[in-house]
Amino acid sequence: MPLSPVVEGLDLDDAAVACAHCGLHVPPGLLQDTPEPSFCCEGCRSVYTVIHGSGLHRYYHQREGLDEPRQPARVTQRSYLEYDSQTFEEAYCRDLQGGKQCAELHLSGLHCAACVWLIERAPRVVNGLEEARVDLERSRVHLVWERGATQLSEVARALDALGYPSHPPELARAREARRQEDRSLLIRMGVAGAAAGNNMLMAGALYAGLFQGMAAEYVALFRWGSLAVTVPAVLWSSGAFLRAAWAALRTRTPHMDLPISLGILVGFGWGIWGTLQGQGEIYFDSISVLIFLLLVGRWIQRRQQQKARDAERGLGSLTPALARLVEGEATREVPVEEVPLGAVVEVLASERVPVDGKILDGASSLDRSLLSGESRPEPVAPGDLVHAGCVNLASPLRVLVEKTGAETRIGRILEEVEAATLRKAPIVRTADRVSGYFVATVVLLALLTGIGWASTGMARAVDHAVALLVITCPCALGLATPLAVSVAMGRAAGRGILIKGGDVLEALAHPALIIFDKTGTLTEGRLEMLSWEGDETLKSLVRAAEQGSAHPVAQAMQEAISESPGHEVSDLVQIQGAGLEARVDGRPLRVGSVDYMRQADVPIPSWAEESVARHAEALRTPVLVALEGSVKAVAAFGDALRHDALESLERLHRMGHQIAILSGDHPAVVQALERTLPVPLLTARGGVSPEGKLAFVERAARAGSVVMVGDGVNDAAALAAATVGIAVKGGTEASLAAADVIATQSGITPVVELFTGARRCFGVIRRNIVFSVAYNLVGASLAIAGLVGPLLAALLMPLSSLTVVTSSYRSSTFKVTS
Amino acid sequence: MSVIFLVLPLALLLSAVAVGAFVIATRKGQFDDLKTPAVRILHDDDD
Repeated sequence: MPLSPVVEGLDLDDAAVACAHCGLHVPPGLLQDTPEPSFCCEGCRSVYTVIHGSGLHRYYHQREGLDEPRQPARVTQRSYLEYDSQTFEEAYCRDLQGGKQCAELHLSGLHCAACVWLIERAPRVVNGLEEARVDLERSRVHLVWERGATQLSEVARALDALGYPSHPPELARAREARRQEDRSLLIRMGVAGAAAGNNMLMAGALYAGLFQGMAAEYVALFRWGSLAVTVPAVLWSSGAFLRAAWAALRTRTPHMDLPISLGILVGFGWGIWGTLQGQGEIYFDSISVLIFLLLVGRWIQRRQQQKARDAERGLGSLTPALARLVEGEATREVPVEEVPLGAVVEVLASERVPVDGKILDGASSLDRSLLSGESRPEPVAPGDLVHAGCVNLASPLRVLVEKTGAETRIGRILEEVEAATLRKAPIVRTADRVSGYFVATVVLLALLTGIGWASTGMARAVDHAVALLVITCPCALGLATPLAVSVAMGRAAGRGILIKGGDVLEALAHPALIIFDKTGTLTEGRLEMLSWEGDETLKSLVRAAEQGSAHPVAQAMQEAISESPGHEVSDLVQIQGAGLEARVDGRPLRVGSVDYMRQADVPIPSWAEESVARHAEALRTPVLVALEGSVKAVAAFGDALRHDALESLERLHRMGHQIAILSGDHPAVVQALERTLPVPLLTARGGVSPEGKLAFVERAARAGSVVMVGDGVNDAAALAAATVGIAVKGGTEASLAAADVIATQSGITPVVELFTGARRCFGVIRRNIVFSVAYNLVGASLAIAGLVGPLLAALLMPLSSLTVVTSSYRSSTFKVTS
Repeated sequence: MSVIFLVLPLALLLSAVAVGAFVIATRKGQFDDLKTPAVRILHDDDD
């Protein structure tokens, strides 16, 4: 078996070695001296081994010449046992004939043609798996397997081993319903398109007849033919518009579908009358083109929204699906739903706690940022309460189960998110707001036209009135918003900003109160070295001593200080939670907290004391460095601001938005942050509970437009209640589900980009509306003057739509990069 | 010219057949995934 990696077409330095699996740089520390292939990470190594072990190494040849971005493989090594449970099967799997079952899974890491090749050959690796079919556009795989021969969890484990972790996309029933709707809309569009095309051909003959003369029987034939193709377009294709217009009438909420339906029905009715009478105008061609264009606009928008929703489902999970149930001496993995109250579960280091409960055994530190937004790890001991969703950082814990599922704190928060989503008032679109006045004006004008022309005969009066109704049918107005919005949504998605609903963009175009969460949104959400005072030359010594330690402070040091080899470390002693002592190049070095230094009888100079006090006030963690028994430097650790936060906040402020910060973190930390910001804040509050955030947002939303930016579960309810909720990169499932916009690029810059893009998009919408109103004014005046013939109507209507289409597509709402 | 009485319905019938074919293709899911088939054809599978 050839083990030589195939990596071509990559711009690597001569010295750099490419990972045998993904082709990215291999860090110097992981380079192999032997001829064995090198890997950039453990994930890539494990996937490479599996691929070669299953005889699928042709994958690497499939990939040659593909110009796709490369990414390192991710392997979770989950057991996926929950996929085999009865409830899962009922919700996501379907039975096929011949004892087979099928299901669809959403895969992460799926990005190119070679991935498709690899996954579709999974049946060779898993016995009993009959078919794996990839849908690259939606990042899904459709699996068919023989019941009894294999289980879905086994298939999922095989896919995971190949580097594609999976999760269920949506309920099987919902998926089926969505697919039917997709197809139905496409068929409506096809029927309307065919009607429009054929109608234009026949209309061409009729217009030629107008100029050159045409025998009455041929005119009648073409009119009847035109009527025949228009009937399905009006009755079937435009059904959605007609139904929505009827609903708008009944509920008295003006909606864009109202004037559209009015134009379609009046034109169609008058056309039928004209065909039966053998005289007067028919508007069949204009109507069918209108229906077709409107449906195309809707179809594009629907696809963009679905893409955003699909991506949302693919991002992370909140609470673990499995728990380690303790039974006597052993533990067993069971689905969380099956854990009884009063049982004991074990939570290993770096795992998420699956239930709410009390610690029976073990001491560790917990990351509670999911629930509280508190950025610092919290030490816990037996007797302390833990909540589902917290991460156990240090050592194994045994937890007495008190609450599970929807009863847990996180379960209740999720319920609140749902309730807040339901309470949220819909955003009224500009076009919809205009449409009420529009209908009233047009009907009034038509009546006046009819009365004005009544003296010249009834037939003529009605003819002119109908011409006015049809020509003002707001094709351009109907297309103005959806096209501009779907173009903007598509471009935003290309920039990593996923927008779930089109109306969001309009709401973001106006000045609003923007509320930021702190931890994970404005800050990185993890410990970093913020400052270093004192002797800079000690950095490399400290770095050498901290090498390999897993403590958060040591890791932050390893990240902040670049490695400089050549130091010799000996006699290393680590004291948990206090510091360390070692001889570096023969010189005694101590790194640790103030207490640790005092206990070691190291004198602390006054400048260091002052520095420590200053850091402690802002709740940063100071660490002292002592060489040969005297303190030489003070380093401070804390949750650092994102690098683009200051500039982004300034830009938002300049755009006229008000800015506020609500955080679950300690008030002192929030106030320290406020002092470093260059812009005035409306308010900066710390120690705010999830419920408090929700209440604040709901109160503010009554006064005006509120935009909430956050990432955690503690922001989720507030995200749902805000006019627009924006979840930033790294957000949890709950916040992604609650938000209207998801940014997949890190930092605050995407938020600023979203606001500027929304403003430009709204500019395009306004331009489209102004244009179509101007066009309608001209059309209406011509109709009132009795100057609109069928030819003019047929010319003006598509022309106006075309202008709107061009104006929408030519606009640069979001800058396009590669 | 009276042949148009035969040709026009015939033309409309033809387009009705085309629409029918489109409806059947859509219902069978031919347009559900427009990206993967284009990629799948690139796989040179000679085993």
